[in-house]
Amino acid sequence: MVAHLDSLKFADNAARARADANLQAALSKLQRDTRLARPGIVGRLPEFEALRDRAVEIKNHTLANLDHYLETFEANLADAGGQMHWCRDASEARATILDICRKAGARTVGKGKSMVSEEIALNDHLIAAGLDVVETDLGEYILQLREETPSHLVMPAIHLKKEQIAETFRDFHTDLPADRPLEEPASMTEEARHKLREKFLAADVGITGANMLVAETGSIVVVTNEGNGDLTQTLPRVHIAIATIEKVVPRIEDALTILRILARSATGQEITCYTTTATGARRAGDPDGPEEFHLVLLDNGRTDLLDGAFRDVLRCIRCGACQSACPVYGAAGGHAYGGVYGGPIGAVLGPALAGVDKAWPLPEASSFCGNCQAVCPMRIPLPGLMRKWREVAHDRRLNKARRRIAVSLWGWAARRPGLYRFGARIGIGLLKRLGGRRGRFRSLPFASGWTAERDLPAPEGGTFIDRWKRGRKPGA
Amino acid sequence: MSARDDILGRIRRATGRAEGAAVPTPAYAATTLVPARGRGTPVELVARFVAMAEEASATVDRVAAPDDVPEAVAAYLAGENLPSVAAMAPSAALGALPWERTALTLRQGAAGVDDLVSITPAAAGIAETGSLMVRSGASSPYTLNFLPDTHVVVLEASDVVGAYEDAWAEMRPDGETGAALPRTVTLITGPSRSSDIERTVTIGVHGPRRLHIVLVGKADGETT
Repeated sequence: MVAHLDSLKFADNAARARADANLQAALSKLQRDTRLARPGIVGRLPEFEALRDRAVEIKNHTLANLDHYLETFEANLADAGGQMHWCRDASEARATILDICRKAGARTVGKGKSMVSEEIALNDHLIAAGLDVVETDLGEYILQLREETPSHLVMPAIHLKKEQIAETFRDFHTDLPADRPLEEPASMTEEARHKLREKFLAADVGITGANMLVAETGSIVVVTNEGNGDLTQTLPRVHIAIATIEKVVPRIEDALTILRILARSATGQEITCYTTTATGARRAGDPDGPEEFHLVLLDNGRTDLLDGAFRDVLRCIRCGACQSACPVYGAAGGHAYGGVYGGPIGAVLGPALAGVDKAWPLPEASSFCGNCQAVCPMRIPLPGLMRKWREVAHDRRLNKARRRIAVSLWGWAARRPGLYRFGARIGIGLLKRLGGRRGRFRSLPFASGWTAERDLPAPEGGTFIDRWKRGRKPGA
Repeated sequence: MSARDDILGRIRRATGRAEGAAVPTPAYAATTLVPARGRGTPVELVARFVAMAEEASATVDRVAAPDDVPEAVAAYLAGENLPSVAAMAPSAALGALPWERTALTLRQGAAGVDDLVSITPAAAGIAETGSLMVRSGASSPYTLNFLPDTHVVVLEASDVVGAYEDAWAEMRPDGETGAALPRTVTLITGPSRSSDIERTVTIGVHGPRRLHIVLVGKADGETT
């Protein structure tokens, strides 16, 4: 059983993550590399910004007409011999998938990487029912052995050092010689390839996610670099793909537009090694491929997001760019968020999926620096959506009373400009005098969170409004 | 209420749409946004295809005519110290090549777990990213692209196109949907890889460790 940390304890989780030197080294390297590489990756495709705009248009149009495109997809999939299963929530999806596995007489299930399967805790359910479930993505396989969850959308095992992974392989692959070399990623990859080949061949059912559903053809699009997604959907007799409703796009051309920004945003590649568009089950005359194809279509809270401001988050293509760019993710790591999705996307999706009462601290964990929105290929206004969750948490009195009172007081004053200016002038004068000649504070009541790690500069030269009236720029 | 009706009903309420209401053609659909690198003369596109494929760690060998393919494949396998036994796609065009000029042992059919080398056709080469488009079907088993350690692809230079859209247009000339499409259409860009361990790029995870492209003939207008 893989247990998530508690989202309500984000601050404690993050503090523990800060003390983990291995994790900090891995996260700093990820963020530095991503930052340095981005100008080259983006600059190489002059049409990148235009493609982002187009991708936003595609998704906005699709979401506005979602019922039509899902019904179109369903009809074309049926034409290709595929079966569609509509599921409202995690428990319906789990039951549906187990039922398909049972009818197929399955004992071994091979799995491609799927965040939706994490969302519905599919593996635990299938294993509890007696099935042998094997993750085939290298990172996910390592995590399954270690009973951990992914900490990044596209680099699931980013939190682990190679020495930890080597130890895991030695612990679990006990049939192999104890002195085999496992020092480098290449030798570990080789070992995983060897072990997983047996599983691919033994699997009766293959389960994958889907990066996109194409309405006009009834196809799923699955992208991988390892090729595990393709072996998973081809070798077993039955292929089950799981996707949530917002994954659909109208046409093949629309999928191609999104492909041009997906890998670029995720890993900096032009395109992943394998991009497979699969349509239904094996055709007459095909020498290989699954005899049955099932698409499990899941809502799991998406229809609640469709109405209103949160619709924008349904454009997400799970590239992980916001995570790689976020300073809070870079300090806390993905696990601290306590849900399936960490980082800015997790701070917006977490309260929607788990309930705002169980995840309200996640949108609090942001300095609103805007990095996430700047890199998001789908231009999702992540900081704005986090702010909306903060409003909900405030209105439902979920956060600390002290914070709520302070914000309410500030709001009350901000609506009375004369009073606000007067108060600001008094406060600034007081802080300026108290700051004295040093001009900064080493500690201050109510500001220990700031002053514990750095000094607070004392204000200089009056309020912004006063200086504006005098025709001087602040800081001049 | 069925889950289907429930979900569709919730979507319609959230989007304010009536069941079966017409969907306006979106303005964006009037144009296709193809990057400039996906456009060019056939000569430019072939050169870009080769450069991009090599950047993705594929190797590319060029031969003048189809009859030169068998010897080029045999020479590649010998040069890499690879087995001279291969599983080949049961395509008529590949089968008609003069393989008897080589010492290769060939079997035509889907890949088995013991096959170390495969030889397949590709439907297209795509210049913008150096990708190959392969389709599943009776003459091109899908497993040949993934199970063997070494994947050799025979591609006609005249089948190199600029952009993904161009290759897809060939794949569905009449806008094929559903069962009229091959079960799978895959873009392959370089050999299998992962960077899941400390973000170190490692080649050959579950799919082939080597992707070798034999490009046959010249692009239209190519002189040398």
